Amino acid sequence: MGQELQESIVLAKMPKSLSGKEFTYCPGCHHGIVHRIIAELIDEFQLREKTVLVAPVGCSVFAYEFFDVDGTVAAHGRALAVATGMKRARPDMFIITYQGDGDLAAIGTAETIHAANRGERVTTIFINNAVYGMTGGQMAPTTLLGMKTTTSPYGRTPEREGYPIHIMEIMKALPGVAYAERVKVSKPQDIPKAKMAIKKAFYAQLLDVGFGIVEVLSTCPTNWGMDPVEAQRWLEENMTKEFPLGVYVDKVTEVMKEKGVK
Amino acid sequence: MMEHKLIAAGFGGQGVMLFGQMVAQAGMIEGKHVTWLPSYGPEMRGGTANCTVVVSDEPVASPVVDKPNEIAIFNIPSLLKFEPMLEENGILVLNTSMIDREPTRKDITIIRVPANEVADKLGTLKAQNMVMLGAYIEVAKTVSVESVFKALEAKMTGKKAQFLDVNKKAIEEGMKIARQQLG
Amino acid sequence: MGEKIMVKGTEAIGEAAIRAGCRVYFGYPITPQSELTEYMARRMPQVGGVFLQAESEVATVNMMYGASSVGARVMTSTSSPGFSLMQEGISYMACARLPGVFVDVVRGGPGLGDIQPSQGDYFQIVKGGGHGDYRLPVFSPSSLQEAVELTIHAFDVADKYRTPVVIFADGMMGQMMEPVEFPDPIDPSTLPSKDDWALTGAKGRKARYVTSFDIDPYKLEKMNLVLQETYKEIEKNEQKWEEFMTDDIEVLFVAHGTVGRIVKSAVKLARQKGIKAGLFRPISLYPFPYKRLSELAEKVDIVMTVEMSSGQMLEDVRLAVEGKAETPFYGRLAGVVPTPGEILEALMKELRR
Repeated sequence: MGQELQESIVLAKMPKSLSGKEFTYCPGCHHGIVHRIIAELIDEFQLREKTVLVAPVGCSVFAYEFFDVDGTVAAHGRALAVATGMKRARPDMFIITYQGDGDLAAIGTAETIHAANRGERVTTIFINNAVYGMTGGQMAPTTLLGMKTTTSPYGRTPEREGYPIHIMEIMKALPGVAYAERVKVSKPQDIPKAKMAIKKAFYAQLLDVGFGIVEVLSTCPTNWGMDPVEAQRWLEENMTKEFPLGVYVDKVTEVMKEKGVK
Repeated sequence: MMEHKLIAAGFGGQGVMLFGQMVAQAGMIEGKHVTWLPSYGPEMRGGTANCTVVVSDEPVASPVVDKPNEIAIFNIPSLLKFEPMLEENGILVLNTSMIDREPTRKDITIIRVPANEVADKLGTLKAQNMVMLGAYIEVAKTVSVESVFKALEAKMTGKKAQFLDVNKKAIEEGMKIARQQLG
Repeated sequence: MGEKIMVKGTEAIGEAAIRAGCRVYFGYPITPQSELTEYMARRMPQVGGVFLQAESEVATVNMMYGASSVGARVMTSTSSPGFSLMQEGISYMACARLPGVFVDVVRGGPGLGDIQPSQGDYFQIVKGGGHGDYRLPVFSPSSLQEAVELTIHAFDVADKYRTPVVIFADGMMGQMMEPVEFPDPIDPSTLPSKDDWALTGAKGRKARYVTSFDIDPYKLEKMNLVLQETYKEIEKNEQKWEEFMTDDIEVLFVAHGTVGRIVKSAVKLARQKGIKAGLFRPISLYPFPYKRLSELAEKVDIVMTVEMSSGQMLEDVRLAVEGKAETPFYGRLAGVVPTPGEILEALMKELRR
């Protein structure tokens, strides 16, 4: 037991790139898991001293406070314009944007598409929970058909509100994108997969291949009106049907092989 | 104090902007104070275009002029618009190849320049603005021909340098026409 | 200083920015300033700088936010509708205390308006077009030589006070040509370091952030008070104006930018008629030189404001004059440029009253 416990403690050690500030997210929310994955990777790549994290407007508006790296908050939807400005001015730095669905796929659609299409050497983590979290559960661009929100109280219909938008599928059409994958983190076995996807999106920037983006299907138990366990199940049953998991663009693996990177 | 307030006006493409720029540039070469202010906007392509040039011994206050003392007119609409604005005893240089009507003012000096014909004879119709320029500097004495040549040399570099000689010739022809009319 | 060369206003401002050590430019085409964007597209690669045409003015200002936050001297240029789109970002930059230079080549409005010279955006530029309690230093040049000097000055003011700064130009300033003498270029590597606040990576120091945000009103109030202290300093140190023929005035004109220079001709015309007119030309619109104008107003009965607007700067003039003189107004709207003759006529009308 002693030996085992020792190891598990070591495994659970907090990444250096987290600030230690307690997460303020709701129980069952996935932000914390994704934050940790990002922090672990920043540590593993030893990028802490050259990283800037661009937080969005949304529940993760405080993201920069949870990380022990330099950071800012962009105006709603503009994280990728801010990131572009940073990377163009300081190409030696490592730039991450962390954005929700309202931010990236509604108000910031133009910035998202153009930064991706220019192949900006930045990495974007896109949290898709099908709802506007911070403002209290309004309809998001990714809200599922039939789903009730405070601004689609009768359920989303194609006629009235249009269809959920599929960002990974759009990314596939943009030549500047080097890596695009949709993942989830609702089961333990999802975590290493998600981490590998984000790692590839890091490499898209680090190996100068292009724009890297990972969409993480996430829960919002509070605004979905569910308990955490129910929310995980709902995500598995509904979100993954509308938003198929998988790799949509991968120009990174080949470059990794060429350069002998594992 | 000497202050030349010139408006050059015509169709877009007739080279009135370059006409004005050369006057301004030559003025600068002579150490005078100058401004060059173009009309601008969608009308620049095919429509009427004009520029206002001020050449002065003193720092130029307004680059905008309500009463020019010199006008170079390249087409009929510009004649109609600017002739009434010209100051008493002002100078009007008229491209008669393009304008088949007579100015109405009797209190001004008029130089009539068949600029297109002259330029055509020199081998390039495009140089008609330079014929006008020659006539203008001869009558208005704003700047010397040497300064205009220097301005032209500064402007026409690279591929355009091959047109330098014909443009200079056009200026000289324009000066000759003005000299004859001034008597 | 080199020799004098004839340049267009847009190019004069662009070259001045390069000489000020600006190496990052973002922009979006809009008439009548697209030549400035084009100039930067040509020049930036020649000096190892960054030029990027953004997908919109909204993206432009946020790219500036990004580049400024990592320590770059950054600039954009635009015209009225584009400047409207930048307002949110400017408010964020002001609060996050991010320096940057904005050149607004103002055109006729409102709405799509036209593309002719105007000063109808005075309220927006000088009083703040974005949300929140912030001010922007604003400089309004009236000649190309002055535009060059003020552009360079704008970068220094922006860095010194950590604030966005605006050059208030108009279509006339942008399009006209005039001889200009450029100062020697500044080597960007010799500019004062921004390492004490910029996001340069948490190397050998604690991580830091640059934001326009604090959810705690007491903390946000503290951030606001820092801004207000900065504005006090700016008001103390950065006032600029020109006085023209004001020694023996009976009548005083107030006009800024290109209109200021047109009014100089009107002053000369008035003096030919025996009217002792003079001109007060504010160069810094924020901070507005209230005190000096107030002093001058004591000498005259009439302080006449002339603008290419319906009378926006007029409000600041009246704040300065405080009823000590009549404050009539003459303005043209929508891109119509007043001439010296009509300004004189407007003055004569006032005198006949």
